[in-house]
Amino acid sequence: MTAYLLKRLAIAIATLVLASMVVFAVLEILPGDPARLMLGMNASADQVELLRNQMGLNAPLAWRYLHWTGGLLSLDFGRSYTYSVPVIDLVRERLAVSLPLALIALALSTLIAIPVGLFSASRRGRAGDTISMGAAQLGVAVPNFWFALMLIYVFAVWLRLVPAGGFPGWSAGVWPALKSLLLPALALALPQAAILARVTRSALIEVLNEDYIRTARAKGLPYRAVLWRHALRNAMIPVLTILGLQFAFLLAGTIIIENVFYLPGLGRLVFQAITQRDLIVVESVVMLLVAAVIAVNLLVDLSYAVVDPRLRSRQ
Amino acid sequence: MSLLDIENLSLTIGDTQILKGVELSVAPGEVMGLVGESGSGKSMTALTVMQLLPHAARASGRVTFDGIDILAATEDQMCALRGDDIGMVFQEPMTALNPVKTIGEQVAEGIRWHTRASRAEAEDRARKMLDRVGLPEAKFPLSRYPHELSGGQRQRVVIAIACALKPKLLIADEPTTALDVVLQAQILDLLRDLVAESRMGLLLISHDLAVVTEMADRITILRRGEVMEAGDTARTLSEQLHPYTRQLAQASMHVPARARPHGIETGRPLLQVEGVTRDYPGRRTSLFKRAPGIRAVDDVSLSMAPSQSVALVGRSGCGKSTLARMILALDRPTSGSIRFRGGTITGKSEAELKPARRDMQVVFQDPYGSFDPRQKVKKLVAEPLHVLEKKPTRAECREMVAHALHEVGLGISDMDKYPHEFSGGQRQRLSIARAIITRPKLVVADEPVSALDVSIRAQILDLFAELNQKLGIAYLFITHDLTVARAITDEVLVMHDGKIVERGKTSEVLDHPQSEAAKALVTAAPDLHRAIAERLREQG
Repeated sequence: MTAYLLKRLAIAIATLVLASMVVFAVLEILPGDPARLMLGMNASADQVELLRNQMGLNAPLAWRYLHWTGGLLSLDFGRSYTYSVPVIDLVRERLAVSLPLALIALALSTLIAIPVGLFSASRRGRAGDTISMGAAQLGVAVPNFWFALMLIYVFAVWLRLVPAGGFPGWSAGVWPALKSLLLPALALALPQAAILARVTRSALIEVLNEDYIRTARAKGLPYRAVLWRHALRNAMIPVLTILGLQFAFLLAGTIIIENVFYLPGLGRLVFQAITQRDLIVVESVVMLLVAAVIAVNLLVDLSYAVVDPRLRSRQ
Repeated sequence: MSLLDIENLSLTIGDTQILKGVELSVAPGEVMGLVGESGSGKSMTALTVMQLLPHAARASGRVTFDGIDILAATEDQMCALRGDDIGMVFQEPMTALNPVKTIGEQVAEGIRWHTRASRAEAEDRARKMLDRVGLPEAKFPLSRYPHELSGGQRQRVVIAIACALKPKLLIADEPTTALDVVLQAQILDLLRDLVAESRMGLLLISHDLAVVTEMADRITILRRGEVMEAGDTARTLSEQLHPYTRQLAQASMHVPARARPHGIETGRPLLQVEGVTRDYPGRRTSLFKRAPGIRAVDDVSLSMAPSQSVALVGRSGCGKSTLARMILALDRPTSGSIRFRGGTITGKSEAELKPARRDMQVVFQDPYGSFDPRQKVKKLVAEPLHVLEKKPTRAECREMVAHALHEVGLGISDMDKYPHEFSGGQRQRLSIARAIITRPKLVVADEPVSALDVSIRAQILDLFAELNQKLGIAYLFITHDLTVARAITDEVLVMHDGKIVERGKTSEVLDHPQSEAAKALVTAAPDLHRAIAERLREQG
């Protein structure tokens, strides 16, 4: 078990270091001088050179890489060229929206998908299965902004239960803030749930053909108990893999939904930073996302070991 | 009164008739043997009693267990019966247990479910049951996971699950088919004791006539869903009144006619294995430590003459397959050398091995798993031809495949078929055709007939014998089945714990074994003649 943990951890750290090199290198290669961008086209060459020295852009490459990574480790991401505030403040502000949004969406998608997957797998080939998998197919095919618009129409315009968009900030109270995240989370969760339900169903169907399911039934357990006690845990590995991938997407792949609901999230920040060539922001957010994805994958790897005792004793 | 009564049972799945008017009964304390070849409907009969049939199955007739009409019982009634009054043991112990639950949980689960006992109470009973089936606490605590146990140990856990609540009827569907003979004898002993202890009825399903004869009081012989003959075991098998019974009995004792045993001729040996050892490194327990390694093959030497037929017998895990892999140059020995037709094959590159590969081929156990289902026979059988010096033309290829198919008793028209169009026996013929197409000098056959029915097995053994006579191919048969060794080999090597512990002429070693390992194998091996004689003696 310890060997498994250490190995996973070592792989995670190595990936992070490699990713930081790639991100740094890509931004080095990209055309455009940040100092020139900050000062504008009318600045003189001397002024630009001065700023470049101030920003440390003339230092050797290796030194700049170490300086940058050192900054990352102490959460000093540098200053945004366009906003002229520390990047960490920008990110922190946006994460306060994006992280809860991703977590709620992930929880919703799991809560919808697993029961639907169990339901369809246990009624394989019958009407219930056909209908729920048809719905899942629709969920995968229909774009989430359309769901978002429908949800706004029903719950915000028609029923007036929740606001149609915007985010009041956590200072306005937990409930109002949460309320404004509910619809976007649901819009994000539905297509994810559709994918997850299909994965759950097919993993379960495979497990249900295993010999130990027959052993469990020969013990006298009713079908439903066999499904929950024996099949579900064995079917968890592919489900956990997909969940890990979905979290990474939900954290930053949500630009469209953030725009539909006017949410000041991480996705919008990246989008704006790219259009304004605010490379230091892009660089920082990308690194942050890479770290998040790696951390989630590490968690997924560890959860495999919790689910499957064979992984604990193997190296 | 009977415990289980099956009257006029018919079963269809879709449009296929699986069972036709099956009659069978089991009394308390009685062992009923249900024998038949694959596809005869043995397992389906068992699953009908358990009501664990596939959805599409439709049963008619009457099945009464302990006064309950099984075919009319509701699912709730069946759940109450399964695991409590009727227990079931399955064929494949490696996959019969849930890999993510401890053996304690899995044995206690049924107890808790049926008796509503507390967790502690159920675990206590599970502990006692595991002790009873020969898994003592010191080595097998409840917290063990299935993957930490061997096949025989897992089968004991499955038996513990099935017998935990002292069922009135135990159904055992090929409970020992996947185990080696020594383990088989142990598991059969255990089942016999459990039956005697609690006057349990046992429905023992097997394709092995010898096993059933040793165990069963009465026997029912099934063929294509119909009962051929039923009655007292000793009488049925000694009189062999029904032609199918006779056919089965003869097939399971079949010895192929071999004009002259080879191996007497002297001259250059075909294969020489000298002091071969194979170590596997131990599992890494932490970043810096490893568990001690395993010596799978330990200082083995042997030699085979051209066209000699040799059996390598031993229990599962004794290292016989590892040794075979090294002879086939699929694995490298840690030390020692292997010479084939005078040339060393250890430590050679793939290119240098090409001539040797041409002269040695292999036939595997599983005729289902060893073919790519999406390729046609002509391509599958022609596969080894790539080791030839000169690549044959398309026409030559076809000619060679046709010839090889003809030699194994298949037709030229089979060339354009896919593997699923063949039966198990025909598929094993295909693997033999594939093995002989390069005209090899040596064929290594790893349990080549143990997955086959007795009548098919007899035909395949005949084919092996015929090819040995006609083409002078030498065989190395790896098997734990002594009847196979006896039927077709001149010499036998007994392997135990990585070492060869006994060697000699097949008949001598099997009739007068000297080493412990060989004795254990010989006593444990089921033998139809002996079993019938014993039955008759018991009954006077």
